[in-house]
Amino acid sequence: MPIVIKRRPLNFLEKLYLPEIARGLSTTFKKIWEKPVTLEYPEQRPTIPEGYRGVPTLVKDPEGREKCVSCQLCEFVCPPKAIRIKPGEIPENSEYAHVEKGPQEFEIDMLRCIYCGMCQEVCPEEAIWLQNQFSLSGYSREELVNNKEDLYELGGTLPDEHFKWRKKKEAAEHGSGH
Amino acid sequence: MEEKENLITVNIDGQDLQVPPGMNMVEAAAILGKEIPHYCYHPKLTIAGNCRMCLVELGMPGRDRATGEPMVNKDGTPKIMWMPGPAIGCGTKAAPGLHIKTDSPKALESREAVTEFLLINHPLDCPICDQAGECTLQEFSSSHGRGYSRFIEQKNVKPKRTRLGPRVTLDDERCVLCSRCIRFCDEVAGDSVLGFTDRGSYSTLTCFPGKELANNYSLNTVDICPVGALTSTDFRFKMRVWFLKETNSIDFETSVGVNTVVSAREGTIYRVKPRRNDQVNDTWMPDSGRELYKQVESDDRLIQCTIDSLATSAVDAIAKASECLQGGGVAIVGSGQCSVEEQFALKAISDGIGAKGVYLVARYGKDDGILMSVDRNPNVRGALMAGLVNDLPDEQLGELGAKIDSGEVTTVFSVKEDLIAGGLTEDQVGKVKIIYLGTHENTTSSLADVLIAGLTQFEKSGTVINQQFRLQKFSRVVPGPGGAIEDLYALATIQANLSGESFPSTVGSLWKQIGTEGSVFEGISFQSLSDQGELLDGSAFEHFSFREGKSLHFEPKKEALAIE
Ligand code: SF4
Ligand code: SF4
Ligand code: SF4
Ligand code: FES
Repeated sequence: MPIVIKRRPLNFLEKLYLPEIARGLSTTFKKIWEKPVTLEYPEQRPTIPEGYRGVPTLVKDPEGREKCVSCQLCEFVCPPKAIRIKPGEIPENSEYAHVEKGPQEFEIDMLRCIYCGMCQEVCPEEAIWLQNQFSLSGYSREELVNNKEDLYELGGTLPDEHFKWRKKKEAAEHGSGH
Repeated sequence: MEEKENLITVNIDGQDLQVPPGMNMVEAAAILGKEIPHYCYHPKLTIAGNCRMCLVELGMPGRDRATGEPMVNKDGTPKIMWMPGPAIGCGTKAAPGLHIKTDSPKALESREAVTEFLLINHPLDCPICDQAGECTLQEFSSSHGRGYSRFIEQKNVKPKRTRLGPRVTLDDERCVLCSRCIRFCDEVAGDSVLGFTDRGSYSTLTCFPGKELANNYSLNTVDICPVGALTSTDFRFKMRVWFLKETNSIDFETSVGVNTVVSAREGTIYRVKPRRNDQVNDTWMPDSGRELYKQVESDDRLIQCTIDSLATSAVDAIAKASECLQGGGVAIVGSGQCSVEEQFALKAISDGIGAKGVYLVARYGKDDGILMSVDRNPNVRGALMAGLVNDLPDEQLGELGAKIDSGEVTTVFSVKEDLIAGGLTEDQVGKVKIIYLGTHENTTSSLADVLIAGLTQFEKSGTVINQQFRLQKFSRVVPGPGGAIEDLYALATIQANLSGESFPSTVGSLWKQIGTEGSVFEGISFQSLSDQGELLDGSAFEHFSFREGKSLHFEPKKEALAIE
């Protein structure tokens, strides 16, 4: 069934045309002096609300430790298969040797990513976050694949509530009391 | 239910089941499709009964104490006297009238309690644990765990990232103390190096002082470890298991024909594990066979066909090879590393051109009485049964050398065998035209006039015949490199070029020819061959003095032993 929209017939004043022109122009002139509601993008940027799902990034904890342990759950869950991880072992002489595992390579193909946030949701280490970066452009396909370096640069540092690995190290140093 | 001979009736969750006496309840429940969760029980090891995960409720028909008469319910059925506490299923053997409950509230509650205890000191580090995805502790924690921890005290700290041996890494915090690895070393590998130290929650798996877990079966402990405590140093942190696609294969290392499963992701092989076959290898395999996948991407891999050392297409190389073989004075060096199909095609070629001789190169190594036999070729029996050769091969190609020296042989077609390693001198090899079909660089490949780059066992399908005359199939795991051509296709095309008639060039179509009437392979087709293999009639070869000694499921013939 087509929807029929009934139009109100124009009244006499409206039919005269000119009064309506004047009404329109007055609105225009009123708005010129008001504060604009649009932004001069890209010079001006909007404030991004919390929980916004922008470009996925990797983050470090306040100690500067990379949080990702390359568990590859995000790679598994990512619906368009945008994530590629090469896991690796953290060398025994590293400060974070107790974490044992970290990514050797980590790539997110932003031509594939659909900004769904599944990776952030699945991550057991709270290492991958969709932050406020929303505009992305490049001249080649390669440019739009974010590698590990890019991802950490985009991600920066986020506060950590748990410090679970630091606690683990402390427990190990403390010993089992045996 | 009617009692069959030698079978007794037990009752599992109200269902009667006939089982052989002595069968344990974990196996019996599995027949009914019920899983009794377990860690320490392993079908091929003795029963230790120390994890307590398999707790079930147990009862027997009661007897009146005074009269000894069977007790009956009001409706005349035997009265079952249930034990007040649960008992372990793995340690409970089938006895007439035995009743168990695997999913009663008491059984479930017991498992939940066991799970909670197991997780008390567990580090819960699944994100960095290689076992995640194939870990029974993970599975049973989600089916029987409570989902949160009531344990707020400090967890025990145990050694992590410990090197147990050259191939095995141990994380003691994850160990559930099931002792499977210890029992494996004691009972199967015969190399007792593992044991527990300390007591209670401080118990720690460790190697005896001054020893290491270095035997050629050490990685089986990784396979049977139900958790991520024992991990393979080679596979460690390489890939999560849920990405891996598994393909059935055979270990080409020896004539035992160990059944394997090869895991790969996107054209890269990550690991090789044993596949259960109770007639061949049970659930075990040697460590050395797990390294074989590395040949696929090794640096000396041949990835380009050549004619006179100039790169060419596989089509041209095959055409040139066919041309050379037409010249007469051809000897063929086949290989015990080839599949039955390739040997069959090679036999057709040799018959067609009237070859001056067909040779194989024998490889012998040390026998370990378990899964490494003396014969280090996987398919010498295949060559015998395909009729490619009529006798056991020698380790040296002395006879071929003599024929080259006398000028009788002017062209040698070698499939997979390095002629120099086979005992010919560079001088002899220089005298003849060489056609080489192989996968890796060697002296022969560098001297070859025509070189056809072939595929490794992981890149093609086929069958091999093991020491018991068991025909077993292996399947393609990953695609081969671009410049290489499937060996069977190359041989079939050469044969078609030589004979002017078509020759089946795929494994499936060739089997229609191999499995024809009157042959030992009658009635077999590649598709219908089961993953457990099929025992062939090897009686025609009984008089040969095969050198293999006893292995896990193989007894050498007495005469053969007498010759040794
Ligand atoms: S946001 Fe979605 S599509 Fe993008 S990388 Fe994460 S899981 Fe993949
Ligand atoms: S889910 Fe988190 S920890 Fe795991 S690989 Fe992805 S980012 Fe790293
Ligand atoms: S290391 Fe694994 S197999 Fe060995 S006792 Fe511990 S849990 Fe069992
Ligand atoms: S499986 Fe029965 S006690 Fe471990």
